[in-house]
Amino acid sequence: MRSDTFFRLLLFLSGVFLLILLSAIFITLCLSSLPSLRSFGLFFVIGRSWNPISKKFGACPFLIGTFLTSTAALLISLPFSLSISILLGEYLNNRFFSAVFKSVIELLAGIPSVIYGFWGLFVLVPIVRWVELKIHAAPYGVGLLAASLVLSIMIIPYSAFLSIEILKLVPPEIKEAAYSLGATRYEVVKFVALPYSYSGIFGGVLLAFGRALGETMAVTMVIGNSDFLPKSFLSPGNTIASVIANEFTEAAGRLHLSSLIELGLILFVLTAVTNILGDFVVKRMSFQGS
Amino acid sequence: MESSVLEIKNLSASFNGNSILKDITLSFPKNKLTAIMGPSGCGKTTLVRCINRMHELVPSAAVSGSVLLNGQDVYQMNPIQVRRKIGMVFQRPNPFPTMSIYDNVIAGYKLTGIKLSKQEKDRIVEESLKKAALWNEVKDCLHQKGTFLSGGQQQRLCIARALEMSPEVLLLDEPTSAIDPKAIQKIEELIVELKKTVTIVIVTHNIAQAARVSDYAVFLYLGELVECDQTEKLFTVPKDKRTEEYLSGKFG
Repeated sequence: MRSDTFFRLLLFLSGVFLLILLSAIFITLCLSSLPSLRSFGLFFVIGRSWNPISKKFGACPFLIGTFLTSTAALLISLPFSLSISILLGEYLNNRFFSAVFKSVIELLAGIPSVIYGFWGLFVLVPIVRWVELKIHAAPYGVGLLAASLVLSIMIIPYSAFLSIEILKLVPPEIKEAAYSLGATRYEVVKFVALPYSYSGIFGGVLLAFGRALGETMAVTMVIGNSDFLPKSFLSPGNTIASVIANEFTEAAGRLHLSSLIELGLILFVLTAVTNILGDFVVKRMSFQGS
Repeated sequence: MESSVLEIKNLSASFNGNSILKDITLSFPKNKLTAIMGPSGCGKTTLVRCINRMHELVPSAAVSGSVLLNGQDVYQMNPIQVRRKIGMVFQRPNPFPTMSIYDNVIAGYKLTGIKLSKQEKDRIVEESLKKAALWNEVKDCLHQKGTFLSGGQQQRLCIARALEMSPEVLLLDEPTSAIDPKAIQKIEELIVELKKTVTIVIVTHNIAQAARVSDYAVFLYLGELVECDQTEKLFTVPKDKRTEEYLSGKFG
């Protein structure tokens, strides 16, 4: 009896500890970004120049960089992750091959971010540079495009897994009904499985977006780290996460540090909101299924 | 002997090497209602799923023997064609939740990419719903989702959907097992009416239902065909002791 109460207390405390940890992080971020909040106010999100020398910090280029790379990564990865999930969910009857595919996806998800960065730098960037030369653009190589490509590859495993889970929620009875009417696999996927999962897939997209927003290492390595507003999708830029990683250790002065922390706060809130929304949409769909 | 639309010859089926059906030979007379009875797990559902090749959706399934539809072996035909000629209704009502009632009825055409004019579609939807005795109840809400209908109505919607491609055979796999008793009567009346136009095979574990609706009855036990005859004869003078015991409720 007593050991049970003790165990329960222990579990409860671990739960509470997590809650405290989360709040503590949030509060620390808020407090430490106060100087920057006071100095710049709204200018911080609309200001276009990020200048540690003149101590003016406007984060607009990073917000745009983050938004562009994450959205592009999502758009590039979606067809692949959807195809993988349809292949595994509907077409591949062979248990052995689907197990192999699944572990390959898991392995991809487990590769450290820095290795994706290396690969991007040594393989992808030269290719992008070559393309830029061909179309007579400035041959940076590094930039938003390279970052989006690396990001898209990194989120494919994640969004493929989500889509697999979401397609599993399609009730087998309605798929059978479609087969019994003489539908082919393709028709079942197109007219029955996908329409049923639209909202869930949208939720999955949001969750993957949340992932992409905060991805740091690989992006920092291939994005070019320019503090200026990107002129095109090919130019170098920075995301919120990559600018923090780049400048945090050499931040000059309190205001610079505080501005970086405010960026962190913005990223924290953005990711939290997309994750909560995405979770909500996916949960609502699984609820409707049961 | 009446002409039969559907014949099963020496059919055996297994899943993962476990034998489910053993050497079944049967014929289904045209425009009659044949009931397949037997205790749970005796292979009733597998038997009907072998008829329209639905069992093939399970990767580990294997089948030998032949199923003849108007003399043509369905295992030599394209399964897609087979399933258009042999409609099926499942245990649990399964209308497509993302489609309206109208689209559910016409789904067979929509799914398989057959283009129809608006008038043709309207005509087929109305006809099928009338055949399924559902028209009067839903004619004012055809373009709403079918999921708000009651279980019995949903099942009749599924029957309408199975009828819309004018199949020659209709397979009903325990169509009333998930439906409340009041609605069951309506569905039974409906299927008796339907046999004028289509040959019906109904799987049921409800002996009384088989007695009420069927012309012919088949008794399956542990994957074997024990007995098949006109329903009246099978129920009054069963030849096999197992049939007698099953009908009198000794097991099942």
